Amino acid sequence: MLTEEEKQEILEEVKLYPYPKVACLDALKIVQNHRGWVPDESIRDIGEFLGMPADEVDGIATFYSRIYRHPLGRHVILVCDSVSCMVMGYEPIYDHLSQKLGIRFGETTSDNRFTLLPISCLGDCDHAPAMMIDNDLYNRLTIEMLNELLEKYH
Amino acid sequence: MEIPLTKHIKQGAFPLTAREYEKTGGYKAIQKALKEMSPADLITLVKASNLLGRGGAGFPTGVKWSLVPTGKDAPKQRYLICNADEMEPGTFKDKYLIEGNPHQLIAGMIIAAYAIQADKAYIFLRWAYKKSEVILRKAIAEAYEAGYLGKNILGTGYELDIYLHTSAGRYMCGEETALINSLEGKRAIPRNKPPYPATSGLFGKPTVVNNVETLCYIPHIVENGAAWFKSLSVTGEGGTKLYGVSGKVKNPGLWELPLGTNMREIIEQYAGGMMDGHKFRGALPGGASTDFLVEEHMDAKLDFSSVAALGSRLGTGTMIILDDKTCPVAFIHNLERFFALESCGWCTPCREGLPWVEKLLQSIEEGRGKPENLNILKFHTSYLGPGNTFCAHAPGAMEPLQSGLKYFHDDFMRHINEKHCPWRS
Repeated sequence: MLTEEEKQEILEEVKLYPYPKVACLDALKIVQNHRGWVPDESIRDIGEFLGMPADEVDGIATFYSRIYRHPLGRHVILVCDSVSCMVMGYEPIYDHLSQKLGIRFGETTSDNRFTLLPISCLGDCDHAPAMMIDNDLYNRLTIEMLNELLEKYH
Repeated sequence: MEIPLTKHIKQGAFPLTAREYEKTGGYKAIQKALKEMSPADLITLVKASNLLGRGGAGFPTGVKWSLVPTGKDAPKQRYLICNADEMEPGTFKDKYLIEGNPHQLIAGMIIAAYAIQADKAYIFLRWAYKKSEVILRKAIAEAYEAGYLGKNILGTGYELDIYLHTSAGRYMCGEETALINSLEGKRAIPRNKPPYPATSGLFGKPTVVNNVETLCYIPHIVENGAAWFKSLSVTGEGGTKLYGVSGKVKNPGLWELPLGTNMREIIEQYAGGMMDGHKFRGALPGGASTDFLVEEHMDAKLDFSSVAALGSRLGTGTMIILDDKTCPVAFIHNLERFFALESCGWCTPCREGLPWVEKLLQSIEEGRGKPENLNILKFHTSYLGPGNTFCAHAPGAMEPLQSGLKYFHDDFMRHINEKHCPWRS
Protein backbone atom coordinates (compact mmCIF):
# COMPACT_ATOMS: atom_id res chain seq x y z
CA MET A 1 0.00 0.00 0.00
CA LEU A 2 1.17 3.52 -0.76
CA THR A 3 1.27 5.59 2.43
CA GLU A 4 -0.90 8.70 2.76
CA GLU A 5 2.25 10.80 2.56
CA GLU A 6 3.37 9.10 -0.66
CA LYS A 7 -0.09 9.51 -2.17
CA GLN A 8 -0.18 13.21 -1.29
CA GLU A 9 3.25 13.81 -2.83
CA ILE A 10 2.28 11.94 -6.01
CA LEU A 11 -0.96 13.94 -6.28
CA GLU A 12 1.06 17.18 -6.08
CA GLU A 13 2.96 16.03 -9.18
CA VAL A 14 -0.16 14.84 -11.00
CA LYS A 15 -1.57 18.39 -10.71
CA LEU A 16 1.26 19.72 -12.90
CA TYR A 17 0.48 17.51 -15.88
CA PRO A 18 -2.26 17.08 -18.49
CA TYR A 19 -2.90 13.43 -17.42
CA PRO A 20 -1.94 11.29 -14.39
CA LYS A 21 0.38 8.77 -16.14
CA VAL A 22 2.95 11.52 -16.68
CA ALA A 23 3.65 11.41 -12.95
CA CYS A 24 4.81 7.77 -13.12
CA LEU A 25 8.51 8.57 -12.96
CA ASP A 26 7.90 11.11 -10.19
CA ALA A 27 5.88 8.50 -8.28
CA LEU A 28 8.75 6.00 -8.54
CA LYS A 29 11.16 8.63 -7.22
CA ILE A 30 8.80 9.48 -4.35
CA VAL A 31 8.45 5.83 -3.29
CA GLN A 32 12.20 5.34 -3.52
CA ASN A 33 12.77 8.44 -1.47
CA HIS A 34 10.63 7.01 1.35
CA ARG A 35 11.63 3.35 1.14
CA GLY A 36 15.14 3.44 -0.27
CA TRP A 37 14.12 1.31 -3.26
CA VAL A 38 11.01 0.33 -5.24
CA PRO A 39 9.54 -3.06 -4.24
CA ASP A 40 7.18 -5.10 -6.49
CA GLU A 41 4.25 -4.17 -4.30
CA SER A 42 4.83 -0.44 -4.95
CA ILE A 43 5.02 -1.04 -8.71
CA ARG A 44 1.49 -2.50 -8.55
CA ASP A 45 0.27 0.27 -6.22
CA ILE A 46 1.60 3.06 -8.43
CA GLY A 47 -0.04 1.42 -11.43
CA GLU A 48 -3.38 1.28 -9.67
CA PHE A 49 -3.06 4.81 -8.35
CA LEU A 50 -2.22 6.33 -11.75
CA GLY A 51 -4.47 4.06 -13.80
CA MET A 52 -1.83 2.16 -15.75
CA PRO A 53 -0.75 -1.50 -15.96
CA ALA A 54 1.89 -2.59 -13.44
CA ASP A 55 4.05 -3.90 -16.29
CA GLU A 56 4.18 -0.46 -17.84
CA VAL A 57 5.28 1.01 -14.51
CA ASP A 58 7.97 -1.68 -14.21
CA GLY A 59 9.09 -0.99 -17.79
CA ILE A 60 9.70 2.60 -16.79
CA ALA A 61 11.27 1.72 -13.43
CA THR A 62 13.78 -0.70 -14.93
CA PHE A 63 14.72 1.68 -17.74
CA TYR A 64 16.27 4.28 -15.46
CA SER A 65 19.61 3.61 -13.80
CA ARG A 66 18.77 5.54 -10.65
CA ILE A 67 15.51 3.79 -9.88
CA TYR A 68 16.47 0.82 -7.74
CA ARG A 69 14.43 -2.40 -7.95
CA HIS A 70 16.59 -4.10 -5.30
CA PRO A 71 17.15 -3.04 -1.70
CA LEU A 72 20.40 -1.18 -1.09
CA GLY A 73 22.73 -0.74 1.84
CA ARG A 74 22.48 2.34 4.05
CA HIS A 75 24.99 4.13 1.84
CA VAL A 76 25.56 3.81 -1.89
CA ILE A 77 29.03 4.25 -3.36
CA LEU A 78 28.90 5.16 -7.05
CA VAL A 79 32.27 4.83 -8.74
CA CYS A 80 32.60 6.54 -12.13
CA ASP A 81 33.94 4.01 -14.62
CA SER A 82 33.78 6.21 -17.73
CA VAL A 83 36.67 7.12 -19.96
CA SER A 84 38.30 10.13 -18.24
CA CYS A 85 38.21 8.35 -14.89
CA MET A 86 39.64 5.24 -16.55
CA VAL A 87 42.60 7.25 -17.91
CA MET A 88 43.11 8.84 -14.47
CA GLY A 89 42.87 5.49 -12.69
CA TYR A 90 39.46 4.50 -11.34
CA GLU A 91 40.50 0.83 -11.48
CA PRO A 92 42.89 0.92 -8.50
CA ILE A 93 40.23 2.91 -6.60
CA TYR A 94 37.63 0.26 -7.34
CA ASP A 95 40.05 -2.59 -6.52
CA HIS A 96 40.81 -1.02 -3.15
CA LEU A 97 37.17 -0.43 -2.28
CA SER A 98 36.20 -3.88 -3.43
CA GLN A 99 38.93 -5.51 -1.37
CA LYS A 100 38.33 -3.43 1.73
CA LEU A 101 34.56 -3.93 1.71
CA GLY A 102 34.68 -7.50 0.44
CA ILE A 103 32.09 -6.81 -2.28
CA ARG A 104 32.07 -6.28 -6.02
CA PHE A 105 29.97 -3.94 -8.19
CA GLY A 106 26.29 -4.65 -7.58
CA GLU A 107 26.79 -6.10 -4.10
CA THR A 108 26.03 -4.94 -0.55
CA THR A 109 28.18 -5.54 2.53
CA SER A 110 26.84 -8.12 4.98
CA ASP A 111 26.35 -5.42 7.67
CA ASN A 112 24.19 -3.55 5.13
CA ARG A 113 26.41 -0.47 5.42
CA PHE A 114 27.52 -0.03 1.79
CA THR A 115 26.33 -0.92 -1.70
CA LEU A 116 28.96 -0.57 -4.44
CA LEU A 117 27.77 0.43 -7.93
CA PRO A 118 29.36 1.71 -11.13
CA ILE A 119 28.04 4.94 -12.63
CA SER A 120 28.54 6.61 -16.01
CA CYS A 121 30.45 9.88 -16.17
CA LEU A 122 29.74 12.20 -13.22
CA GLY A 123 30.70 15.33 -15.14
CA ASP A 124 33.76 15.96 -13.00
CA CYS A 125 36.29 14.81 -15.59
CA ASP A 126 38.81 17.58 -14.92
CA HIS A 127 39.08 16.31 -11.33
CA ALA A 128 39.07 12.59 -12.15
CA PRO A 129 38.87 10.00 -10.72
CA ALA A 130 35.53 10.79 -9.12
CA MET A 131 32.83 8.99 -7.14
CA MET A 132 29.72 9.76 -5.16
CA ILE A 133 28.72 8.42 -1.76
CA ASP A 134 24.97 8.99 -1.41
CA ASN A 135 24.58 12.61 -2.62
CA ASP A 136 28.16 13.71 -1.95
CA LEU A 137 30.68 14.06 -4.76
CA TYR A 138 34.33 13.23 -4.16
CA ASN A 139 37.08 13.81 -6.70
CA ARG A 140 40.83 13.64 -7.31
CA LEU A 141 40.59 10.35 -5.46
CA THR A 142 43.63 8.55 -4.15
CA ILE A 143 43.72 5.20 -2.37
CA GLU A 144 44.99 6.99 0.74
CA MET A 145 41.83 9.15 0.88
CA LEU A 146 39.41 6.25 0.74
CA ASN A 147 39.67 4.91 4.29
CA GLU A 148 39.01 8.31 5.80
CA LEU A 149 36.09 8.96 3.41
CA LEU A 150 34.37 5.70 4.28
CA GLU A 151 34.62 6.53 7.99
CA LYS A 152 32.16 9.39 7.47
CA TYR A 153 29.39 6.93 6.65
CA HIS A 154 27.95 4.52 9.22
CA MET B 1 39.56 38.86 -25.08
CA GLU B 2 35.87 38.99 -24.23
CA ILE B 3 34.40 36.14 -22.18
CA PRO B 4 30.72 36.98 -21.83
CA LEU B 5 29.61 33.60 -20.47
CA THR B 6 32.10 33.23 -17.66
CA LYS B 7 33.08 36.78 -16.67
CA HIS B 8 30.90 36.69 -13.56
CA ILE B 9 31.89 33.19 -12.52
CA LYS B 10 34.38 32.96 -9.67
CA GLN B 11 35.82 29.58 -8.78
CA GLY B 12 34.88 28.54 -5.27
CA ALA B 13 32.56 31.54 -4.70
CA PHE B 14 28.78 31.45 -4.44
CA PRO B 15 27.02 32.39 -7.69
CA LEU B 16 25.43 35.82 -8.02
CA THR B 17 21.93 36.24 -6.59
CA ALA B 18 19.18 37.75 -8.75
CA ARG B 19 19.85 41.20 -7.28
CA GLU B 20 23.62 40.91 -7.72
CA TYR B 21 23.15 39.69 -11.27
CA GLU B 22 20.92 42.71 -11.92
CA LYS B 23 23.68 45.01 -10.70
CA THR B 24 26.07 43.61 -13.31
CA GLY B 25 23.49 44.61 -15.93
CA GLY B 26 22.50 40.99 -16.20
CA TYR B 27 18.74 41.16 -16.48
CA LYS B 28 18.83 44.22 -18.76
CA ALA B 29 18.57 42.01 -21.82
CA ILE B 30 15.14 40.85 -20.64
CA GLN B 31 13.88 44.43 -20.42
CA LYS B 32 15.09 45.01 -23.96
CA ALA B 33 13.75 41.75 -25.37
CA LEU B 34 10.32 41.84 -23.77
CA LYS B 35 9.68 45.58 -24.05
CA GLU B 36 11.38 46.62 -27.26
CA MET B 37 11.44 43.52 -29.43
CA SER B 38 8.85 41.22 -30.96
CA PRO B 39 9.31 37.45 -30.98
CA ALA B 40 10.01 37.70 -34.72
CA ASP B 41 12.71 40.36 -34.10
CA LEU B 42 14.42 38.01 -31.65
CA ILE B 43 14.39 35.09 -34.05
CA THR B 44 15.83 37.31 -36.80
CA LEU B 45 18.53 38.52 -34.40
CA VAL B 46 19.57 35.04 -33.25
CA LYS B 47 19.58 33.80 -36.85
CA ALA B 48 21.81 36.73 -37.84
CA SER B 49 24.20 35.95 -34.96
CA ASN B 50 24.75 32.46 -36.39
CA LEU B 51 24.61 30.95 -32.89
CA LEU B 52 25.14 27.21 -33.43
CA GLY B 53 23.70 24.86 -30.80
CA ARG B 54 26.33 24.07 -28.20
CA GLY B 55 24.85 20.73 -27.14
CA GLY B 56 26.97 18.97 -29.73
CA ALA B 57 25.09 18.97 -33.01
CA GLY B 58 25.73 22.61 -33.90
CA PHE B 59 22.28 23.24 -35.38
CA PRO B 60 21.55 26.99 -35.85
CA THR B 61 19.50 28.11 -32.84
CA GLY B 62 17.57 30.85 -34.67
CA VAL B 63 16.49 28.38 -37.34
CA LYS B 64 15.32 25.94 -34.66
CA TRP B 65 13.18 28.66 -33.10
CA SER B 66 11.78 29.71 -36.48
CA LEU B 67 10.39 26.19 -37.08
CA VAL B 68 7.82 26.68 -34.33
CA PRO B 69 4.50 27.42 -36.06
CA THR B 70 3.11 30.90 -35.55
CA GLY B 71 -0.13 32.57 -36.58
CA LYS B 72 -3.75 32.17 -35.65
CA ASP B 73 -4.04 28.45 -36.39
CA ALA B 74 -0.89 27.47 -34.47
CA PRO B 75 -1.35 25.66 -31.15
CA LYS B 76 -1.41 28.13 -28.25
CA GLN B 77 0.48 25.89 -25.84
CA ARG B 78 4.22 25.71 -26.57
CA TYR B 79 7.15 24.61 -24.45
CA LEU B 80 10.80 25.50 -24.05
CA ILE B 81 13.08 22.83 -22.63
CA CYS B 82 16.59 23.48 -21.41
CA ASN B 83 18.67 20.36 -21.93
CA ALA B 84 20.91 20.17 -18.86
CA ASP B 85 21.26 16.39 -18.97
CA GLU B 86 24.99 16.58 -19.79
CA MET B 87 25.86 12.87 -19.70
CA GLU B 88 28.39 12.70 -22.54
CA PRO B 89 31.48 11.14 -20.95
CA GLY B 90 34.23 13.73 -20.70
CA THR B 91 31.82 16.67 -20.62
CA PHE B 92 31.48 19.06 -17.69
CA LYS B 93 30.75 22.46 -19.21
CA ASP B 94 27.02 22.93 -18.54
CA LYS B 95 27.47 22.19 -14.86
CA TYR B 96 30.04 25.00 -14.69
CA LEU B 97 27.59 27.48 -16.23
CA ILE B 98 24.67 26.38 -14.04
CA GLU B 99 26.60 26.42 -10.80
CA GLY B 100 28.62 29.51 -11.73
CA ASN B 101 25.86 31.83 -12.93
CA PRO B 102 22.35 30.33 -12.82
CA HIS B 103 20.61 33.65 -13.51
CA GLN B 104 22.38 33.96 -16.86
CA LEU B 105 20.71 30.68 -17.84
CA ILE B 106 17.32 31.78 -16.49
CA ALA B 107 17.60 35.07 -18.40
CA GLY B 108 18.41 33.14 -21.57
CA MET B 109 15.44 30.85 -21.00
CA ILE B 110 13.04 33.77 -20.48
CA ILE B 111 14.11 35.38 -23.75
CA ALA B 112 14.05 32.09 -25.68
CA ALA B 113 10.61 31.21 -24.30
CA TYR B 114 9.32 34.66 -25.24
CA ALA B 115 10.76 34.29 -28.76
CA ILE B 116 8.74 31.11 -29.33
CA GLN B 117 5.83 32.37 -27.19
CA ALA B 118 5.98 29.53 -24.68
CA ASP B 119 4.53 30.04 -21.23
CA LYS B 120 6.02 26.92 -19.69
CA ALA B 121 9.67 25.95 -19.61
CA TYR B 122 11.47 22.96 -18.15
CA ILE B 123 15.05 22.45 -17.11
CA PHE B 124 15.95 18.78 -17.57
CA LEU B 125 18.83 18.32 -15.15
CA ARG B 126 20.99 15.25 -14.87
CA TRP B 127 20.64 13.16 -11.74
CA ALA B 128 24.22 13.43 -10.52
CA TYR B 129 24.25 17.25 -10.43
CA LYS B 130 23.10 17.60 -6.83
CA LYS B 131 24.79 20.96 -6.26
CA SER B 132 23.35 22.34 -9.52
CA GLU B 133 19.90 21.31 -8.34
CA VAL B 134 20.20 23.27 -5.08
CA ILE B 135 21.59 26.33 -6.89
CA LEU B 136 18.90 26.26 -9.57
CA ARG B 137 16.02 25.88 -7.11
CA LYS B 138 17.26 28.92 -5.20
CA ALA B 139 17.85 30.96 -8.37
CA ILE B 140 14.42 30.15 -9.83
CA ALA B 141 12.76 31.22 -6.55
CA GLU B 142 14.74 34.49 -6.62
CA ALA B 143 13.73 35.14 -10.22
CA TYR B 144 10.05 34.73 -9.28
CA GLU B 145 10.50 37.06 -6.35
CA ALA B 146 12.18 39.69 -8.52
CA GLY B 147 9.31 39.55 -11.01
CA TYR B 148 11.22 37.95 -13.89
CA LEU B 149 9.08 34.81 -13.77
CA GLY B 150 5.38 34.25 -13.19
CA LYS B 151 2.49 36.34 -14.47
CA ASN B 152 2.84 39.72 -16.19
CA ILE B 153 6.66 39.79 -16.30
CA LEU B 154 7.94 43.40 -16.00
CA GLY B 155 4.43 44.65 -16.70
CA THR B 156 4.52 43.36 -20.27
CA GLY B 157 1.66 40.89 -19.89
CA TYR B 158 4.03 38.03 -20.80
CA GLU B 159 3.83 35.01 -18.49
CA LEU B 160 6.34 32.23 -17.92
CA ASP B 161 6.81 29.43 -15.40
CA ILE B 162 10.04 27.44 -15.15
CA TYR B 163 10.00 23.90 -13.71
CA LEU B 164 13.07 21.97 -12.68
CA HIS B 165 12.99 18.27 -13.56
CA THR B 166 15.78 16.04 -12.26
CA SER B 167 16.46 12.99 -14.37
CA ALA B 168 16.39 9.42 -13.11
CA GLY B 169 19.64 8.78 -14.97
CA ARG B 170 20.11 7.51 -18.51
CA TYR B 171 22.39 8.82 -21.29
CA MET B 172 19.60 8.52 -23.84
CA CYS B 173 17.72 11.34 -22.08
CA GLY B 174 20.10 13.79 -23.73
CA GLU B 175 18.62 12.99 -27.18
CA GLU B 176 15.93 15.63 -27.53
CA THR B 177 12.97 13.41 -28.43
CA ALA B 178 13.94 10.82 -25.79
CA LEU B 179 14.21 13.68 -23.31
CA ILE B 180 10.66 14.69 -24.19
CA ASN B 181 9.44 11.12 -23.62
CA SER B 182 11.21 11.10 -20.27
CA LEU B 183 9.55 14.39 -19.26
CA GLU B 184 6.24 12.75 -20.11
CA GLY B 185 7.10 10.06 -17.55
CA LYS B 186 7.87 7.38 -20.16
CA ARG B 187 10.91 5.30 -21.05
CA ALA B 188 13.46 7.61 -22.66
CA ILE B 189 13.39 6.14 -26.15
CA PRO B 190 13.78 8.42 -29.17
CA ARG B 191 10.79 9.34 -31.33
CA ASN B 192 10.44 9.10 -35.06
CA LYS B 193 11.25 12.33 -36.90
CA PRO B 194 9.41 14.03 -38.53
CA PRO B 195 7.40 15.41 -36.88
CA TYR B 196 10.16 17.40 -35.22
CA PRO B 197 9.64 18.73 -31.69
CA ALA B 198 9.19 22.24 -33.10
CA THR B 199 5.79 21.14 -34.42
CA SER B 200 4.98 18.20 -32.13
CA GLY B 201 7.05 17.86 -28.98
CA LEU B 202 6.10 17.73 -25.31
CA PHE B 203 2.50 16.49 -24.95
CA GLY B 204 2.23 16.84 -28.74
CA LYS B 205 2.73 20.61 -28.61
CA PRO B 206 5.40 22.74 -30.33
CA THR B 207 8.59 22.48 -28.30
CA VAL B 208 12.11 23.82 -28.56
CA VAL B 209 14.95 22.00 -26.81
CA ASN B 210 18.12 24.06 -26.31
CA ASN B 211 21.35 23.25 -24.51
CA VAL B 212 22.44 25.18 -21.39
CA GLU B 213 25.45 26.83 -23.03
CA THR B 214 23.36 27.85 -26.06
CA LEU B 215 20.74 29.54 -23.85
CA CYS B 216 23.41 31.33 -21.82
CA TYR B 217 24.55 33.22 -24.93
CA ILE B 218 21.09 34.62 -25.65
CA PRO B 219 21.06 37.58 -23.19
CA HIS B 220 24.47 38.68 -24.48
CA ILE B 221 23.36 38.55 -28.11
CA VAL B 222 20.25 40.59 -27.29
CA GLU B 223 22.32 43.15 -25.44
CA ASN B 224 25.26 43.46 -27.82
CA GLY B 225 23.91 42.43 -31.21
CA ALA B 226 24.61 39.82 -33.88
CA ALA B 227 27.68 41.55 -35.35
CA TRP B 228 29.35 41.68 -31.92
CA PHE B 229 28.66 37.97 -31.36
CA LYS B 230 30.10 37.01 -34.74
CA SER B 231 33.22 39.08 -34.08
CA LEU B 232 34.02 37.01 -30.97
CA SER B 233 35.10 33.92 -32.90
CA VAL B 234 38.37 33.23 -34.69
CA THR B 235 36.50 31.83 -37.67
CA GLY B 236 33.18 32.99 -39.09
CA GLU B 237 30.97 30.79 -36.94
CA GLY B 238 30.44 33.30 -34.19
CA GLY B 239 30.83 33.47 -30.44
CA THR B 240 33.06 32.01 -27.81
CA LYS B 241 33.01 28.38 -26.68
CA LEU B 242 33.63 26.61 -23.42
CA TYR B 243 36.52 24.25 -24.16
CA GLY B 244 37.48 21.58 -21.68
CA VAL B 245 40.35 19.13 -21.35
CA SER B 246 40.54 15.99 -19.24
CA GLY B 247 43.12 13.23 -19.14
CA LYS B 248 46.86 13.25 -18.41
CA VAL B 249 47.55 16.95 -18.84
CA LYS B 250 49.15 19.21 -16.24
CA ASN B 251 46.15 21.47 -15.78
CA PRO B 252 42.86 19.85 -16.75
CA GLY B 253 39.92 22.25 -16.78
CA LEU B 254 37.58 24.48 -18.70
CA TRP B 255 38.14 27.80 -20.48
CA GLU B 256 35.94 30.18 -22.45
CA LEU B 257 37.83 30.98 -25.66
CA PRO B 258 36.98 32.34 -29.11
CA LEU B 259 35.24 29.65 -31.16
CA GLY B 260 37.85 28.25 -33.54
CA THR B 261 40.81 28.38 -31.14
CA ASN B 262 43.27 25.72 -32.24
CA MET B 263 43.81 22.44 -30.44
CA ARG B 264 47.52 23.04 -29.75
CA GLU B 265 46.80 26.29 -27.96
CA ILE B 266 44.12 24.69 -25.79
CA ILE B 267 46.22 21.68 -24.85
CA GLU B 268 49.60 23.36 -24.47
CA GLN B 269 48.76 26.83 -23.27
CA TYR B 270 45.59 26.37 -21.25
CA ALA B 271 45.82 22.73 -20.15
CA GLY B 272 49.54 23.17 -19.48
CA GLY B 273 50.68 20.44 -21.88
CA MET B 274 51.02 16.74 -21.15
CA MET B 275 52.01 15.54 -17.67
CA ASP B 276 55.69 14.76 -17.35
CA GLY B 277 56.48 11.34 -18.74
CA HIS B 278 53.33 11.22 -20.88
CA LYS B 279 53.07 11.71 -24.63
CA PHE B 280 49.99 12.83 -26.57
CA ARG B 281 48.55 10.12 -28.81
CA GLY B 282 45.12 11.44 -29.64
CA ALA B 283 42.05 13.29 -28.42
CA LEU B 284 38.32 13.00 -28.71
CA PRO B 285 37.55 16.67 -29.39
CA GLY B 286 33.99 16.82 -28.13
CA GLY B 287 33.09 13.96 -25.82
CA ALA B 288 32.90 10.19 -26.14
CA SER B 289 30.93 10.13 -29.40
CA THR B 290 33.44 11.99 -31.58
CA ASP B 291 36.23 10.71 -33.84
CA PHE B 292 39.83 10.84 -32.65
CA LEU B 293 42.05 13.70 -33.71
CA VAL B 294 45.78 12.92 -33.62
CA GLU B 295 49.12 14.73 -33.66
CA GLU B 296 48.80 15.80 -37.31
CA HIS B 297 45.61 17.70 -36.41
CA MET B 298 47.20 19.70 -33.59
CA ASP B 299 46.87 22.98 -35.45
CA ALA B 300 43.23 22.41 -36.36
CA LYS B 301 40.85 25.21 -35.54
CA LEU B 302 38.22 23.79 -33.24
CA ASP B 303 34.95 25.05 -34.67
CA PHE B 304 32.07 23.04 -36.10
CA SER B 305 33.03 23.14 -39.79
CA SER B 306 36.82 22.81 -39.36
CA VAL B 307 36.55 19.74 -37.12
CA ALA B 308 33.95 18.23 -39.47
CA ALA B 309 36.39 18.72 -42.37
CA LEU B 310 38.84 16.47 -40.48
CA GLY B 311 36.23 13.73 -40.21
CA SER B 312 35.34 14.38 -36.59
CA ARG B 313 32.91 16.61 -34.70
CA LEU B 314 33.35 19.54 -32.35
CA GLY B 315 30.59 17.95 -30.26
CA THR B 316 30.53 19.45 -26.79
CA GLY B 317 34.02 20.96 -27.13
CA THR B 318 35.30 19.14 -24.07
CA MET B 319 38.16 16.93 -25.15
CA ILE B 320 39.45 13.72 -23.64
CA ILE B 321 43.15 13.07 -24.15
CA LEU B 322 44.61 9.65 -24.87
CA ASP B 323 48.23 9.42 -23.72
CA ASP B 324 50.95 6.85 -24.43
CA LYS B 325 50.65 5.24 -20.98
CA THR B 326 46.99 4.37 -21.61
CA CYS B 327 46.11 1.42 -23.82
CA PRO B 328 44.10 2.67 -26.85
CA VAL B 329 42.20 -0.63 -27.05
CA ALA B 330 41.20 -0.37 -23.38
CA PHE B 331 40.26 3.29 -23.94
CA ILE B 332 37.99 2.42 -26.87
CA HIS B 333 36.65 -0.65 -25.05
CA ASN B 334 35.65 1.60 -22.14
CA LEU B 335 33.77 3.91 -24.52
CA GLU B 336 31.96 1.06 -26.27
CA ARG B 337 31.00 -0.57 -22.99
CA PHE B 338 29.39 2.73 -22.01
CA PHE B 339 27.49 2.97 -25.31
CA ALA B 340 26.38 -0.67 -25.15
CA LEU B 341 25.06 -0.20 -21.59
CA GLU B 342 23.32 3.05 -22.47
CA SER B 343 21.62 1.80 -25.65
CA CYS B 344 17.91 2.20 -25.01
CA GLY B 345 17.18 -1.10 -26.79
CA TRP B 346 14.55 0.35 -29.10
CA CYS B 347 16.19 -0.53 -32.43
CA THR B 348 17.85 -3.84 -33.18
CA PRO B 349 21.16 -2.74 -34.76
CA CYS B 350 22.04 -0.64 -31.73
CA ARG B 351 20.73 -3.06 -29.10
CA GLU B 352 22.47 -6.11 -30.60
CA GLY B 353 25.39 -4.50 -32.41
CA LEU B 354 26.91 -2.47 -29.60
CA PRO B 355 27.23 -5.40 -27.16
CA TRP B 356 28.88 -7.45 -29.93
CA VAL B 357 31.37 -4.66 -30.54
CA GLU B 358 31.99 -4.39 -26.82
CA LYS B 359 32.62 -8.14 -26.42
CA LEU B 360 35.02 -8.21 -29.38
CA LEU B 361 36.99 -5.30 -27.97
CA GLN B 362 37.14 -7.00 -24.60
CA SER B 363 38.46 -10.21 -26.14
CA ILE B 364 41.15 -8.27 -28.02
CA GLU B 365 42.08 -6.33 -24.89
CA GLU B 366 42.37 -9.61 -22.96
CA GLY B 367 44.60 -11.18 -25.63
CA ARG B 368 41.96 -13.52 -27.05
CA GLY B 369 41.44 -11.56 -30.29
CA LYS B 370 41.93 -12.82 -33.85
CA PRO B 371 42.93 -10.75 -36.89
CA GLU B 372 39.50 -11.31 -38.48
CA ASN B 373 37.88 -9.62 -35.45
CA LEU B 374 39.10 -6.32 -36.80
CA ASN B 375 37.03 -6.83 -39.96
CA ILE B 376 33.94 -7.52 -37.86
CA LEU B 377 34.57 -4.32 -35.91
CA LYS B 378 35.08 -2.44 -39.16
CA PHE B 379 31.83 -3.56 -40.74
CA HIS B 380 29.96 -2.55 -37.61
CA THR B 381 31.25 0.99 -38.05
CA SER B 382 29.31 1.18 -41.32
CA TYR B 383 26.32 -1.03 -40.38
CA LEU B 384 25.76 0.95 -37.19
CA GLY B 385 26.50 4.23 -38.97
CA PRO B 386 24.19 7.10 -39.85
CA GLY B 387 20.94 6.04 -41.53
CA ASN B 388 20.97 2.47 -40.24
CA THR B 389 19.72 3.09 -36.73
CA PHE B 390 16.76 4.89 -35.19
CA CYS B 391 18.76 7.72 -33.62
CA ALA B 392 22.32 9.05 -33.39
CA HIS B 393 23.38 6.87 -30.43
CA ALA B 394 25.02 3.98 -32.32
CA PRO B 395 26.49 6.19 -35.07
CA GLY B 396 28.02 8.32 -32.31
CA ALA B 397 29.41 5.19 -30.67
CA MET B 398 31.05 4.20 -33.96
CA GLU B 399 32.96 7.47 -34.32
CA PRO B 400 35.78 6.79 -31.85
CA LEU B 401 35.87 3.15 -33.00
CA GLN B 402 36.25 3.84 -36.73
CA SER B 403 38.95 6.47 -36.19
CA GLY B 404 40.57 4.36 -33.47
CA LEU B 405 40.86 1.37 -35.82
CA LYS B 406 42.52 3.68 -38.35
CA TYR B 407 44.96 5.54 -36.12
CA PHE B 408 45.78 2.76 -33.65
CA HIS B 409 45.77 -0.23 -36.00
CA ASP B 410 49.27 -1.29 -34.88
CA ASP B 411 48.18 -1.30 -31.24
CA PHE B 412 45.22 -3.55 -32.05
CA MET B 413 47.55 -5.91 -33.97
CA ARG B 414 50.04 -6.04 -31.09
CA HIS B 415 47.26 -7.24 -28.76
CA ILE B 416 46.32 -9.94 -31.26
CA ASN B 417 49.87 -11.06 -32.09
CA GLU B 418 51.28 -10.91 -28.57
CA LYS B 419 48.09 -12.40 -27.10
CA HIS B 420 47.98 -9.94 -24.22
CA CYS B 421 47.66 -6.22 -23.61
CA PRO B 422 51.14 -4.67 -23.90
CA TRP B 423 50.05 -2.02 -21.34
CA ARG B 424 49.24 -4.60 -18.68
CA SER B 425 52.05 -6.66 -17.22
